[in-house]
Amino acid sequence: MSSPLLELRQITVSFDGFLALRDLNLSLKPGELRAVIGPNGAGKTTFLDVITGKLRPTAGDVLFKGRSLLNKPEHRIARLGIGRKFQSPRVFENLSVRENLGLAVSLPKRPWSLLTTDLTATQRDRIDHLMEIVALQQRANQIAGSLSHGQKQWLEIVMLVGQAPDLLLVDEPVAGLTDEETDLTADLLKSIAGDHTVLVIEHDMEFIRRLQTQVTVLHQGYVLCEGSMDEIQRDSRVIEVYLGRNEEAV
Amino acid sequence: MFQAFQQRRWPLVLLWILIVAAIVAAPTLLPVFRLNQLGMFLSLSIVALGIDLIWGFTGLLSLGQGIFFALGGYAAGMYLQLNSSADNPNGIPEFFSLYGVDRLPFFWEPFHSPVFTLIAIWLIPALLAAVLGNLVFRNRIKGVYFSILTQAALLVFFNFFNGQQKLINGTNGLKTDVTQLFGQMVGSAEMQRGFFWFTAVMVILAWIFVRWVVRGRFGDVLIAIRDDEPRLRFTGFNPTLFKTIVFAIAGGLAGIGGALFTVQSGIISPQEMSVPKSIEMVIWVAVGGRGTLVGAIFGTVAIQFAETFVSEVWPQSWLFFQGALFILVVTVLPEGVIGWFKTDGPRNLLSRVGLARRLVTYPQLEIDGQDEVQP
Repeated sequence: MSSPLLELRQITVSFDGFLALRDLNLSLKPGELRAVIGPNGAGKTTFLDVITGKLRPTAGDVLFKGRSLLNKPEHRIARLGIGRKFQSPRVFENLSVRENLGLAVSLPKRPWSLLTTDLTATQRDRIDHLMEIVALQQRANQIAGSLSHGQKQWLEIVMLVGQAPDLLLVDEPVAGLTDEETDLTADLLKSIAGDHTVLVIEHDMEFIRRLQTQVTVLHQGYVLCEGSMDEIQRDSRVIEVYLGRNEEAV
Repeated sequence: MFQAFQQRRWPLVLLWILIVAAIVAAPTLLPVFRLNQLGMFLSLSIVALGIDLIWGFTGLLSLGQGIFFALGGYAAGMYLQLNSSADNPNGIPEFFSLYGVDRLPFFWEPFHSPVFTLIAIWLIPALLAAVLGNLVFRNRIKGVYFSILTQAALLVFFNFFNGQQKLINGTNGLKTDVTQLFGQMVGSAEMQRGFFWFTAVMVILAWIFVRWVVRGRFGDVLIAIRDDEPRLRFTGFNPTLFKTIVFAIAGGLAGIGGALFTVQSGIISPQEMSVPKSIEMVIWVAVGGRGTLVGAIFGTVAIQFAETFVSEVWPQSWLFFQGALFILVVTVLPEGVIGWFKTDGPRNLLSRVGLARRLVTYPQLEIDGQDEVQP
């Protein structure tokens, strides 16, 4: 248990001299639920791009289960067990809810096996179970494009779970959701953590508080501090760069 | 069948019955000339099926299908030329003597074999499509850039074939109607009837094949590529591989269509690789309905017959009609004719003129009833 599932070692990303990430170190234990916060431009999304292979860091290394992820294409990293949820909900709009989940749970994901085999009974049960978690059974055969914003967010989250990843990276899951939907999403993420390691990037302070978990603060591409939400809010550096402006609100 | 009616797919079922009936009845009802045209148009519809697969389902708009079409046609033409030139001086096709060529170019040799030819007709275009496609897809070139590249490739092939008199008879192309097959002239009425039947069977086989490809999860992946390719990568799929495969399939289908077209039109020339021809192929699919396989077949045959009849009455005017048709489809029928039927088009039209009840709410609510409507 002690060896980290994911380890970022001195990651630096430079866009034409602008350092989006500088000497970033971070490690996640298996089963951990971690929240990452930071003001706009702190490098939160860049940092996910590096882990998932969308972006190659200028320096440093990313280790997943002790193996380096550098130079691996996105789909291979995904198959190793890293799932990513995007900021705006991204589901396959012209496929039904069931088909969306079908693609997520399919294994192996090679053309020939997709052509010649069907989903197994176990996989179909899992799809039903996943739809149940987010109450989308009624909409199983509707195209995902017809779902509401919140339903798309949830569909995308359970698609990730369907991929059976060891690590889930979740980027701003409650952006644009109602308060009620936000609470449901927080509960959903909490119930997923434990079986999976989850890393959540968020803006919404209330939401992070609900997660009751370890928080990492990013600022200008480096880790400013780590700790529980209460510790973070007492940290003078954090107050200065991030919380300070809206201290009353928090 | 019952299920099909329940899912309000009766227009499709009806269309299929019409198509099969037309194919069965055609040889007895149509004069040889028209039958021959129908056969040619059906071979073109095989090309359209391939375009529907890559464009309608996967979202890859190729403006270069003429390359693969012509390669299939040339493969058939080369075999037929060789098959009928045993009595010629040097035993090689007649046109070579015009350019002082007395030895068969090396790449003609394997086309002595009918088996090789039958394989080459689809395999060469499919392999070429796989190589070209993979080079483009692995560099993540998509959208309009992909379309432009395919058109550029088309122009390269067009110019090359036009200029190579000594290899492939250049602009003149290869004539097939006076060549021999099974001891008969390819252009004879009897042979043409045979080709018609063969083409009709091939269209149905091609339809079954493409349907098998797009049904199920493989087809879901194709639609997912069209919807959101990066998302698919993060789901663990390799879009490059899937795109290469379907582009190769479309290339192979174009090759088969090209060969069948050539034996019925009597000639294959670089003109088939001209830019307008390949754009026309895309229009068939757009008019018939992207993403509906029957639409691709229907669109091809309907437009080609329209072109024939319009040109017979007003020569040189077809391009105006084609332009108008394209504008009409883009503005009024974005899903094409079959897509229009599938998306309740007839009822919407009737309700416009007051002949049917208009839905007062969203269609889904009418079906679901009280479905968690939020105030």
